[in-house]
Amino acid sequence: MHRYVIRRILQMVPILFGISVVVFALLAAAPGDQVDLLLSGIPNITPDDVTRLKHVYGLDQPVHVRYVKWLERAAHGDFGWSRTYREPVSTLILDRLGNTVMLAAGALLIALAVAVPVGMYSAFHQYSLADYGATLFTFFGVSVPVFWFGIMLIYLFGVTWHVLPPGGINSPGVAAGLPMLVDRLKYLPLPTLALGLVFMASFTRYTRSSMLEVIRQDFIRTARAKGLPQRVVVRRHALRNALIPLVTILGLAVPGLLAGAPLTETVFSWPGVGKLLVDSTLGADYAVAQGIIMFIALTVVIANLLVDVAYVLLDPRIRYD
Amino acid sequence: MARPLSPSASRLPGRPERAPGAGQGFWGLAWERFRRHRVALAGAVVIVGLVLAALLAGVLAPYRFEDIDLAGRLRPPSWAHLLGTDTIGHDVFTRLLYAGRVSLLAGFAAAVVAASVGVVIGASAGFYGGAVDNVLMRLTDISLALPDLPILIVLSRYLGGSVTGVVLVISLFAWRGVARLVRGEVLKLRGQDFTEAARALGATDIRILIRHLVPNALAPVIVAATLIVGQAILAEAALSFLGIGIQPPVPSWGNMLQNAQDFLLTAPRLAVYPGLMIFLTVLCFNFLGDGLRDALDPRLRL
Repeated sequence: MHRYVIRRILQMVPILFGISVVVFALLAAAPGDQVDLLLSGIPNITPDDVTRLKHVYGLDQPVHVRYVKWLERAAHGDFGWSRTYREPVSTLILDRLGNTVMLAAGALLIALAVAVPVGMYSAFHQYSLADYGATLFTFFGVSVPVFWFGIMLIYLFGVTWHVLPPGGINSPGVAAGLPMLVDRLKYLPLPTLALGLVFMASFTRYTRSSMLEVIRQDFIRTARAKGLPQRVVVRRHALRNALIPLVTILGLAVPGLLAGAPLTETVFSWPGVGKLLVDSTLGADYAVAQGIIMFIALTVVIANLLVDVAYVLLDPRIRYD
Repeated sequence: MARPLSPSASRLPGRPERAPGAGQGFWGLAWERFRRHRVALAGAVVIVGLVLAALLAGVLAPYRFEDIDLAGRLRPPSWAHLLGTDTIGHDVFTRLLYAGRVSLLAGFAAAVVAASVGVVIGASAGFYGGAVDNVLMRLTDISLALPDLPILIVLSRYLGGSVTGVVLVISLFAWRGVARLVRGEVLKLRGQDFTEAARALGATDIRILIRHLVPNALAPVIVAATLIVGQAILAEAALSFLGIGIQPPVPSWGNMLQNAQDFLLTAPRLAVYPGLMIFLTVLCFNFLGDGLRDALDPRLRL
């Protein structure tokens, strides 16, 4: 087991290297570097000043030298400086990370809470009307544009019925601490549902097919044959085995949750990492976007590692060599 | 015993009876299976309708898409403006039609580009194996760890504005699925007897690939490409919604939604129609893809 984990970690090295090259190239390809952007709009700048400043920032050096320097700083958690927020990129990200994690966790929970029971029911009643309904729902869920779904939720719950706030994260003037958390509960449901819908749909699909596979197996027949009630067969024998593949799907959902956050957060004015990405990109503040993309990629790689390890721990049939 | 008149009973004498499905070939059988998938059939019909509406936008639309009636902003639906006017006095119905043109074009173009690139890369990796294959698979690993939407947002901010830019940016992420698929198929077929036979007859690598391997991998590629159309339409809409995709005055379903949120109180319909069009279109492509999967690749059935 230890050897497996160590080998998996070693396998991450070339992938991380590749990711860092792509992410660095993404910023290097930006039209205009930080000095150009800094000086644009200042009329009395001479070409000499530009050259001097570029030298100060090291922008006159060849690409590979800049890459190594950038990597060195990134390894120390320094992703550069935001020119619009006038703060270090890492501080900007960390300040908003909690909000995004809260949203993503909520979306994951709501998705699982619906998908597992619906997918199970669907599998046990294959080809019934309810099964067709559930399948139709999964098609709807993956076809809805998340930003439009969000706007429709705002329209119905926030504008027409006035039951939930149409956006934001807290009421103005609410005291910090417990009152703030309680207040937050009003602001969570709509964005959580918007972000979670597509995962709800795909989890339902996976639960159904995984369950269908499990209930055809011999050990289920054995459990039935020895007279166990349906409820025990479902919970103790079928569900446990059917949920193992779902662990992989959960891990693979992490990038989707983080990557999908920009749209949801923008629609609901949710001050998270995703909205920061959109705002900074629109403001040509590419260092921030670069830091966020690197951060998400790192999270994805780590999530994949954890999934692989969890998978081996959960299913003794899987050999890790 | 009285027998109901079956088709074979009315057959002319002398003509051999055919077993059901015999002699229909791959595409005939696929069509038989596809026809039974009613939802996919409905999806295909709606898509044909949408494509026709987009092609004939110039004839069907009562106005030009850039026509502005500043005095008649935010008008409710009427005979003059079937779906009303928007915040600067565009006719919404007209813009929906023209926007469909842009969205469908972006979707189809992205699918074609992604599928072509995917087939070339996947086929060469599967066929040549070794270092080529290794490099490709590592690249796929890397690109799978990169968050697609955030990178689309940044790249599209650099290039943005044109349909070409949006298509290229979307294709950048869509080809890898196709490449994996084709690689798997080619890897499987490469060792089979008919490939060996072709080689023994002196066929070149390219000929074996084009004549024997790629056609056999075509079915899953068609399915994947259909699903990519839907995904690309969603991505284009998202980018345009954020203001970095298709730029006004050219309408796209995504950029029609851009300001709609600010007018939810006064004109919620501005937010409803374009979103419904995106939803409907993507849904139909997903249904169609599902039907094609059942029809072309029965082994893949869930």
